[in-house]
Amino acid sequence: MSADSTFSHSGEYKYGFVTPIASDVFPKGLTENTIREISAKKDEPEFLLKFRLKAFKKWQGMQEPKWSSAKYPPIDYQNISYYSEPKSKPRLESLDQVDPEILKTFERLGIPLDEQKRLTNVAVDVVFDSVSLGTTFYKKLADAGVVLCSISEAVHRYPELVEQYLGTVVPIGDNFFAALNSAVFSDGSFVYIPKGVRSPMELSTYFRINEKETGQFERTLIIAEDDSYVSYLEGCTAPAYDTNQLHAAVVELVAKKSAEIKYSTVQNWYSGDPKTGRGGIFNFVTKRGLCLGDHSKICWTQVEAGAAITWKYPSCILRGNHSVGEFYSVALTNGKMQADTGTKMIHIGENTRSTIISKGISADESMNSYRGLVKMLPRAKGARNYTQCDSMLVGNRCSANTFPYIEVENQTGQVEHEASTSKMNEEQIFYLQTRGLSKEDAINMIVNGFCKDVIQELPLEFAVEAQKLLAIKLENSVG
Amino acid sequence: MDNLLDIQNLSASIAEKPILKGLKLTIGKGEVHAIMGPNGAGKSTLAKILAGHPAYEVTGGSVFFKGQDLLDLDPEERAHLGLFLSFQYPLEISGVSNAHFLKEALNAQRKGRGLEPLSREEFDRLLEEKMGQMEIRSEFKDRNINEGFSGGEKKKNEILQMAMFQPDLAILDETDSGLDIDAMRTVAKGVNQMRNSERSLLIITHYQRLLDYIQPDFVHVLVDGVIVRSGGPELALELEEKGYA
Repeated sequence: MSADSTFSHSGEYKYGFVTPIASDVFPKGLTENTIREISAKKDEPEFLLKFRLKAFKKWQGMQEPKWSSAKYPPIDYQNISYYSEPKSKPRLESLDQVDPEILKTFERLGIPLDEQKRLTNVAVDVVFDSVSLGTTFYKKLADAGVVLCSISEAVHRYPELVEQYLGTVVPIGDNFFAALNSAVFSDGSFVYIPKGVRSPMELSTYFRINEKETGQFERTLIIAEDDSYVSYLEGCTAPAYDTNQLHAAVVELVAKKSAEIKYSTVQNWYSGDPKTGRGGIFNFVTKRGLCLGDHSKICWTQVEAGAAITWKYPSCILRGNHSVGEFYSVALTNGKMQADTGTKMIHIGENTRSTIISKGISADESMNSYRGLVKMLPRAKGARNYTQCDSMLVGNRCSANTFPYIEVENQTGQVEHEASTSKMNEEQIFYLQTRGLSKEDAINMIVNGFCKDVIQELPLEFAVEAQKLLAIKLENSVG
Repeated sequence: MDNLLDIQNLSASIAEKPILKGLKLTIGKGEVHAIMGPNGAGKSTLAKILAGHPAYEVTGGSVFFKGQDLLDLDPEERAHLGLFLSFQYPLEISGVSNAHFLKEALNAQRKGRGLEPLSREEFDRLLEEKMGQMEIRSEFKDRNINEGFSGGEKKKNEILQMAMFQPDLAILDETDSGLDIDAMRTVAKGVNQMRNSERSLLIITHYQRLLDYIQPDFVHVLVDGVIVRSGGPELALELEEKGYA
């Protein structure tokens, strides 16, 4: 299948958030000139243009990584349009205009009606108007001194912060997709938490009221100053459609002394036709956090339940002494999905600690791999890591792999690794059914038991939705 | 009188291999029946079919429970109707605590019967009471379902579930297997506490020894998919002595 045909399938999302082609879309193709035009369009300062151009040069000399287990047809990077005016989702009159399948899923996820309307961009009445909700939300943050805005906005309002930190955690030449993102990133989020401030709320509401489509090349930067705390949740349990098949996001986190960043993701991108795998999103993401200061902490929690291909390794660089990195992950694959996900914990400072809990669930003909690196550098005296990788297989045609890489370069480092593989079988479901639970509830109970250690790390409001999401995803794969 | 369970000419197979071949059995309210028989006779198959295991295909006959066609119902509906199966090999489920599971299951059954769910306090009180009767330590509540349990603990857990659900008919499939004598006494005591004129038991066992502790009213011998003999408790003793031959 040529990349051309791959990218033209978008038309088949009957009810997807497909907007009529906006007037402001660049022609397909990527040259130095494209980069200059993007930067000019966004009226960016000189440093950012330089950043983009440097990244583009790097990217041109790089190869697409081939080491992951994922298989997909070649991507023609000259057949993508790299800029379009951020567009609002089409405004609908009522929920009747929304794909009934999506509504059914909403209902089963237990998403309230008004929330459903917001998610599908149905006009809502004044009381629940997302704009007023947004205003209250931003006021509360502003009062606390927390900055939350789009990165494009930040480039203009806080150019010195962006210049200082952009590309410091994920260098522009880090990998093929990160380089591409650095060259062409469209938009994304910027968060700044001043010294000593605890964010007064989870920065998740933001996404629920955001009317813009997320870009194909999203860029996020979060900076937490000394003694600050922020919990940030991206994504949504509701099924997400996009006309762009390739997604290459970059997320950078910086935690200063005794700061803590909790970054949670629930990803449910369209995963393609379950029989052929056609049309699903390629989710190639680079996420990395830098524990810069002593006693800082970064915690990644992810529930990856969608996308045709997931390629992502949210990582922590534990530079500060006594800094802590955590990675909690559930990756669920069904149909023809492929997930290659895990983390890197790079211990540089003394007495740094990391925890990795990874739960992979594979069903149907999907493929699910954990790939993780624990590295302890010579200076990381007394560093400790605990890793637990569990895989659950549903059916006989799926596969699960674990690729742990461990490199310890000092005598005092401690690394523990536990791994298990189990099978969800009909007997377990039957057992619970004989106790009065419906098949659906039985599967729900088994899956959520398996994922408990991860789910409990999610912000409460999303934990319940995430649990239901996992059960719904697996329903047709069991028995 | 009305039979609680009425099995007529039940035939069933698994993977096209016939196991039950026209089995007949009726159980009245408050009666305790024991089914004995050699390995491979179809004892556990009968238990699983009554509970609704999807792998078995019923090829003939009928089963009525409380006047309803049991074979028409999903496993959970059978539970809601008051049927309970104590498994020979209870399944382990990670990450789900016993207490959470019992509460969900009990309330699902209550819902199925049109009753209000128990509140947390009501449930906790009931669980404490039943665990006390079964001499089960309270740490049991927080342990994952059957995970890392000894054989005896698993069987105790089955009987605890039975005590919580208060079924009209409990099928005990090889409840004595894997139990030492002390565990068997405790389990039997738990079962006997639940015997009453309304509740019936179907005890499936290979050995007579469990029947020393739980006295049956009727004993049936199952060989090659059919019941070949029925009698009173003395039949069990005779079988113990002479075997099934």
